[in-house]
Amino acid sequence: MALRRASKALGAALALWAGAALAGPPERVVSINLCTDQLAMLLAAPGQLLSVSHISHDPNVSVMRDQALGYPVNHGQAEEVFAMAPDLVLAGQFTSSYTVGLLRRLGVEVAQLPIVTSLDQIPDAIRDMGRLLGREDHAEAVAEQFTADLAALRADPDRRPRAALHYANNYTSGDKSLANDILTAAGLANIALEAGLSGGGVLPMERLIMLMPDLIISGEAYPGASRSEAVLTHPALDALRDRHAGRAITDAEWVCGTPTVLRAIARLQGAAP
Amino acid sequence: MTRALALVLILLVGALFALSLLIGPAGLTPATSLAALVRGEGLAETLVMREIRLPRAILAVLIGAALGLAGAAMQGYLRNPLAEPGLLGVSGAAALGAVIALQTGFAAQVALGLPLAALAGAVLAVALILALAGPRGGALTLILAGIAVSALAGALTALVLNLSSNPFAASEIMFWMMGSLADRSMTHVWLAAPFIGLGGAVLLAQGRAFDALTLGEDSAASLGVNLPRLRLTLVLAIASMVGAATAVAGAVGFVGLVVPHILRPFVGARPSRLLWASALGGAVLVLAADIAVRLVLPDRDLKLGVLTAIVGAPLFLHLVYKTRAQGL
Repeated sequence: MALRRASKALGAALALWAGAALAGPPERVVSINLCTDQLAMLLAAPGQLLSVSHISHDPNVSVMRDQALGYPVNHGQAEEVFAMAPDLVLAGQFTSSYTVGLLRRLGVEVAQLPIVTSLDQIPDAIRDMGRLLGREDHAEAVAEQFTADLAALRADPDRRPRAALHYANNYTSGDKSLANDILTAAGLANIALEAGLSGGGVLPMERLIMLMPDLIISGEAYPGASRSEAVLTHPALDALRDRHAGRAITDAEWVCGTPTVLRAIARLQGAAP
Repeated sequence: MTRALALVLILLVGALFALSLLIGPAGLTPATSLAALVRGEGLAETLVMREIRLPRAILAVLIGAALGLAGAAMQGYLRNPLAEPGLLGVSGAAALGAVIALQTGFAAQVALGLPLAALAGAVLAVALILALAGPRGGALTLILAGIAVSALAGALTALVLNLSSNPFAASEIMFWMMGSLADRSMTHVWLAAPFIGLGGAVLLAQGRAFDALTLGEDSAASLGVNLPRLRLTLVLAIASMVGAATAVAGAVGFVGLVVPHILRPFVGARPSRLLWASALGGAVLVLAADIAVRLVLPDRDLKLGVLTAIVGAPLFLHLVYKTRAQGL
């Protein structure tokens, strides 16, 4: 009798839990992508976010590392994520389709958020994350604050200094990239557009030098050596920086479409010649 | 005949060196290039010519000469046309030494740490090969020893790069195994030149010993060749050249195989003449290959070793076939 009553109570509790899971905000959220980590940490209610990706503990790319250190990390593998019994998994557009597919087959709700490629998309990205987490009001406030801050910061000078974005392997970012938007908002012009590069691509060092940028914004080198990053400190570029161009660094603040990009814009305005 | 060959090779090196200086994505005219290179006219043009193209062309000459000369010396000493630093794992072991020096920070802390570590790797490989398949060993022993050393060095290089904390390191396995001269600088020239110059001078001075060795070890010894000392000199000189070349450009294979093979008929099979001819010929081959990679895929950094292997591997198969026909 007691047993039957207990099982009835349990059944009722389960039904209630299932109903809540369907209707109410998710209570066990796991993020497996650096950029969703940051938006989730920014917007989640206390205790709502269970785990962030291990990349968010990497000081080279993670701006919110101090906060991220307070969360257990995951390595984005389906098995460990499933073991946390999440009711929502936050992933990026390019998260391994095998991982996402496997989690969905196991009945886990997975939201894949698109890559932010312009400043204008950031308020919407914040609102989307707010909706997913059931934190619409908070997200709206953050999004409005960001829009206002960006408008106050945005520079539109008559003469725009020409800047070169120079990453490992001579990669650069052209238009339709967040980095290009950060440059523009800071009052600079991107020389990759003069070179006819759209999106991202390789700008050979020779052509970069022939374009004579006023500012060279270099990627930061990771610990450990690599030949790919050796180009960042090639003597030809060092000489150009010494004799002609200013220097600046592109770092973790540039990686994700979150309000942190405002810091990158402000810093760049300070460095611009 | 020999003098004509020397003249042709020197002219080829000069012409390809000039062509190498004129090719690049900046699209400078020859007149602008020359004015920038010689007189330093225009900041951008001068940086492109002096800091990007000049070191690349110089390195192509140095590395080609080092590999050609090392190949000729190994073939002369082992009296085996299949001997070559790339095939025998010497380049691979040098790459392993270089990768270890870079990833442990030894290359950054110690002046000349990078070429010295590559040299150490190459010394181990040459010594191992000569010990396993010295002058008395057959072609088969030599190649098998080379395969083993190459495989081990390649595996360990991949392991070190995969263990690196740098996310780019693992993707550079291709560079270390195939070689490239893209975006090198004068720093690399100064790292490699002393080791290649010293090793080359020492090897070229051994010409008479190599000539004597063609008569067999006993005859060479009776002609006054100190064989143990020759062996030690060879190990150090070859390792010095191949080590320095690999440290700055990765492992470029088949140069030391192809060049002596092509030039041998022109020097009357005299090893002493083959040495300097192979140095010049190696420079020609690597300059040409480095020009070709820039013309074929200007934006992609096609690896040098890809081209040299396409030329070299069929020749290698041909040599294996010939060696078999001779019953070795």
